[in-house]
Amino acid sequence: MQLKSKDLLGIRELDGEEIELILDTAESFREISTRAVKKVPTLRGRTIVSLFLEPSTRTRVSFELAGKRLSADVVNISARASAVAKGECLKDTAKTIEAMNADLVVMRHSAAGAPHFLAKLIECGVINAGDGAHEHPTQALLDLFTIKERLGKIEGLQVVVIGDIAHSRVARSNILALTKLGARVTVVGPPTLIPMGIGEMGCEVSYDLDTVLGQADVVYALRIQLERQTETLFPSLREYAALFGLNEERAGRLKKNALIMHPGPMNRGIEITAEVADLPQSVVTDQVANGVAVRMAILYLLIGGGEGA
Amino acid sequence: MAFKEKTTIMDRGAIQRALTRIAHEIVERSGGAENLALVGIRSRGVHLASRLARKIGEIEGITPPLGALDITFYRDDIGTRPQPKASVTEITFDVTGKDIILVDDVLYTGRSVRAAMDAIFDLGRPTTIQLAVMIDRGHRELPVRADFVGKNIPTSQREEVRVNLEEEDGIDAVILGEEVT
Repeated sequence: MQLKSKDLLGIRELDGEEIELILDTAESFREISTRAVKKVPTLRGRTIVSLFLEPSTRTRVSFELAGKRLSADVVNISARASAVAKGECLKDTAKTIEAMNADLVVMRHSAAGAPHFLAKLIECGVINAGDGAHEHPTQALLDLFTIKERLGKIEGLQVVVIGDIAHSRVARSNILALTKLGARVTVVGPPTLIPMGIGEMGCEVSYDLDTVLGQADVVYALRIQLERQTETLFPSLREYAALFGLNEERAGRLKKNALIMHPGPMNRGIEITAEVADLPQSVVTDQVANGVAVRMAILYLLIGGGEGA
Repeated sequence: MAFKEKTTIMDRGAIQRALTRIAHEIVERSGGAENLALVGIRSRGVHLASRLARKIGEIEGITPPLGALDITFYRDDIGTRPQPKASVTEITFDVTGKDIILVDDVLYTGRSVRAAMDAIFDLGRPTTIQLAVMIDRGHRELPVRADFVGKNIPTSQREEVRVNLEEEDGIDAVILGEEVT
């Protein structure tokens, strides 16, 4: 069993079997990060270019560590320190990378569909590390891995995703991935942050956190993107925290084994209080640790194989 | 491709007797079981290692620690064929300073053993590594030999040897067969 495509552009392009394959393979890689020598020779001689045209710390570092722990050479290109800042168009950047014989490009871009555009232009594989408000497939996969690790399964779980669904690629990828594996997803937030037609992705919609909290096996708080607050999508951060923030009182009403998740970086005191972020049910740091294992699995599955049978 | 059975080379009794003999040989050559550790290569090597550990425990009163090694990430054919399914390495003891007995079902080209030794060295620096296999079928491509062998079977390269074990296949039997298309 292998992935069907040379690229990982979104959860939409994967089927349930492929998602399971990635999660199972990640299981094998987790042990490597706990060793004294955190390295295996699997991708020796392969070159991975990480092309981050939008700021990111954890995803970029996570991919870089994943590549290095598999012995691949990882080269980072960021927008400000590259020819992109000199006005080079994406097509030329892509052609340049290809001419240098990279095996895989990991790309983050502010425009939805940019990795898909790149994937059509170049022979080597492309991983979408976040495109606009569209998809962030590796985040969703590491979230699924974390849920499966803690709760033993995905199927039949009730997952509540809270916050800015409209601008969240994490929410979109998670809704797709969770529903493909048989979980039920409810999105909750102020109406201005819930896009029209989101229900067509297979999730329920609610505007009242307190009515859906009690049934949740997983509550997933999204980051309020403070940089977007100029658009005044809700009256005040304080009101948002009061209506949709995860506080101790709400955490107390969760099922006993329910997980609290957040993709980071957290705004403590807004979507999640500092106390809740540090509760034992909060798996935020597990998500980060698992991210490396899941990305190692994806790199291995995309460029660890060859032709023939 | 299908597997066509030709003969059964070892039955349940023969496998058990071979393991008992190997367990005694290991203890004899190591002068005891104090510093031993058994590492099985996934998947059938792990079951054999676990049986050997039990037998050594019965002989010496000390059951050596047991580990499972997945060599997928150390294979030398990565990139030349589709990825094999990976499993988990579980070695919870420190290999440094130990006398490691590496256990596998069939010794053929020697490439798995090469990969396994690389994997072990990434975990620490054992004092010695010795190799125990149920079947040595010849056709080595690397300078590797087994220290403990259940049975030597001369084979042609077209043939295939399968070690079936109760833990995984429901029955103990070593079978010689051929891949037919």
